[in-house]
Amino acid sequence: MTRGGLLAAGCAGLAGAALAAVLVGPVPLNPGAVLVELAGRLPLVTTHSGLSQQEAAILWQLRLPRVVLGGLVGAMLALAGAAYQGVFRNPLADPYLLGAAAGAGLGATLAIAYGPDTASWPVDLLPLAAFAGAVIGVVAAYTLGRSGGARTTTTLILSGVAVAAFLTAVQTYLQQQKAETLREVYGWILGRLTTAGWHEVALVVPYALLSTVAILLHRRLIDVLAVGDDEAASLGVRAARVRLVVVAAATLATAAAVAVSGLIGFVGIIVPHTIRLVAGPSHRLLVPLSLIGGAAFLILADLVARTVMAPAELPIGVITAFFGAPFFALVLRSSRQVA
Amino acid sequence: MRRSLVPLLLLAALVAGGCGKDGTTQSAAAPGPKRIVSLSPTATEMLFAIGAGGQVVAVDSNSNYPAEAPKTELSAYQPNIEAIAGYKPDLVVYSDDPGELKAGLDKLRIPALKQPAATRLEDTYAQLDQLGKATGHVDEAGQLAATMRTEISKIAAADRPERPLTYYHELDKNLYSATSKTFIGQLYDQLGMKNIADAADKQASGYPQLSAEYVIKADPDLIFLADTKCCAQSAKTVAARDGWDQLTAVRSGGVVELDDDVASRWGPRVVDFLKVVAAKVQALEAVGS
Repeated sequence: MTRGGLLAAGCAGLAGAALAAVLVGPVPLNPGAVLVELAGRLPLVTTHSGLSQQEAAILWQLRLPRVVLGGLVGAMLALAGAAYQGVFRNPLADPYLLGAAAGAGLGATLAIAYGPDTASWPVDLLPLAAFAGAVIGVVAAYTLGRSGGARTTTTLILSGVAVAAFLTAVQTYLQQQKAETLREVYGWILGRLTTAGWHEVALVVPYALLSTVAILLHRRLIDVLAVGDDEAASLGVRAARVRLVVVAAATLATAAAVAVSGLIGFVGIIVPHTIRLVAGPSHRLLVPLSLIGGAAFLILADLVARTVMAPAELPIGVITAFFGAPFFALVLRSSRQVA
Repeated sequence: MRRSLVPLLLLAALVAGGCGKDGTTQSAAAPGPKRIVSLSPTATEMLFAIGAGGQVVAVDSNSNYPAEAPKTELSAYQPNIEAIAGYKPDLVVYSDDPGELKAGLDKLRIPALKQPAATRLEDTYAQLDQLGKATGHVDEAGQLAATMRTEISKIAAADRPERPLTYYHELDKNLYSATSKTFIGQLYDQLGMKNIADAADKQASGYPQLSAEYVIKADPDLIFLADTKCCAQSAKTVAARDGWDQLTAVRSGGVVELDDDVASRWGPRVVDFLKVVAAKVQALEAVGS
């Protein structure tokens, strides 16, 4: 398939996933009425959908923001995964590699266990603390990895492992001290979109835009990094600088996603790899397709999470791993046969 | 060599004699343990309610009721056998054994009594009886159980609305709930109420996580928040949730802020819990009629 064809197919898939997710939910809404109701929000269109006030609230305030947030979170995690795998030349790199998950976990635990009562505050403390934790975790890992003078990616990854282990130890200790908050902390760590609203969407969008633009602009340079730092230097590319910018952008994307949805695993690994197998290793196509694929994948995973046991919910992390892992194995197998 | 043995033997005899004397005086004075350690907040409440509070030397970090309970840093989630043994207990009451608790206490020959989470009211009465026997307060335990039975049947016999009221019992803000099959759910049953979480519990776990869409659609008459302490939820935070301003309970003041502890324990305070719920039901009925 051509470059344009793949992008068009991806967009069509994402649109289909989003439409299905808006039409189907634990509360059955008349699909025709939903479409009319959605069209009614377009400029210059006035319609009467026949949805009751309650049904309209379910659509506009619960289902739609959840689909949008699921798409944003999935896109950010897959984008960050693709970027990390590219700059570290490591297929196992994922958005949580450099201490982002452990840092966010510590931030969230601090906010839950020791934060002031924020019920009267205009903003919720938890996402801010998780965001700050993720950024601090990665900055610590990056600083530690660069301080030795050696600028290899291996040092960076290892310092990420050290920082993550340390932050997780602190987080576990705090959690044990405040056992009564265990349930809320675990709920957060498992990852969720259950209480998603427009407020969370508004929190993510600025970071999502910034990271997406930064990584899209650098996607050709990530390809150059694949030849190795020294060779890249001979081509006039400053590998360390590119890496810093891309890691910073990917970290912002990860932190924003984690802040509103907790730790949803696996998206950052399987989506970019699946796309690599279909569209090849070049980041020119991989980055935009990961963005689209990640959004579609998480929207569908969340659709399963909220409908398969309806009206009960399943944790979304269970769905991403349960369906993601076998699907990924299948893609690996079929691509080997082709090769 | 031989000479040095004599004082040692003397010492041994003394120690043995002392121990024996100690043991006999104790059992002669009053039957039952003198140094109880409770690792279960519910058991702590029960012990104090049946008059065995004076025999309790230490309770776990979550046993926050009654105020006079000797609260310590002992953890019921990760019990430390050495720390427990440090209180020289002659009875340890616990509700969960996360691992080696019972085995460890057995090794130290410390008597242990397991009182797991009750699944129905009869379990509560049975545990009261068990604690009464174990601590030498059989009569008080029997009286307490009888009073609870009377009070609960009195509350249950009160007038009910013609249409059963529907309710949603919230365990945390991710919308985990408890069905009518659970201990707490059976208490609501006493008042003839209908649980909206029942339809969501296909695996019969008793504690399903509900979809927000479903809660809005079900539109319960009453919302009970058992997450006011853990997660700082209130009628105000519930009203501020996306789409929840639609709900009848939110519009008509049907959101009830419970005490998380009272709503999650199976001790004597279940009567207090029922009174709170019954008062709310009465109030709604008064408005309706």
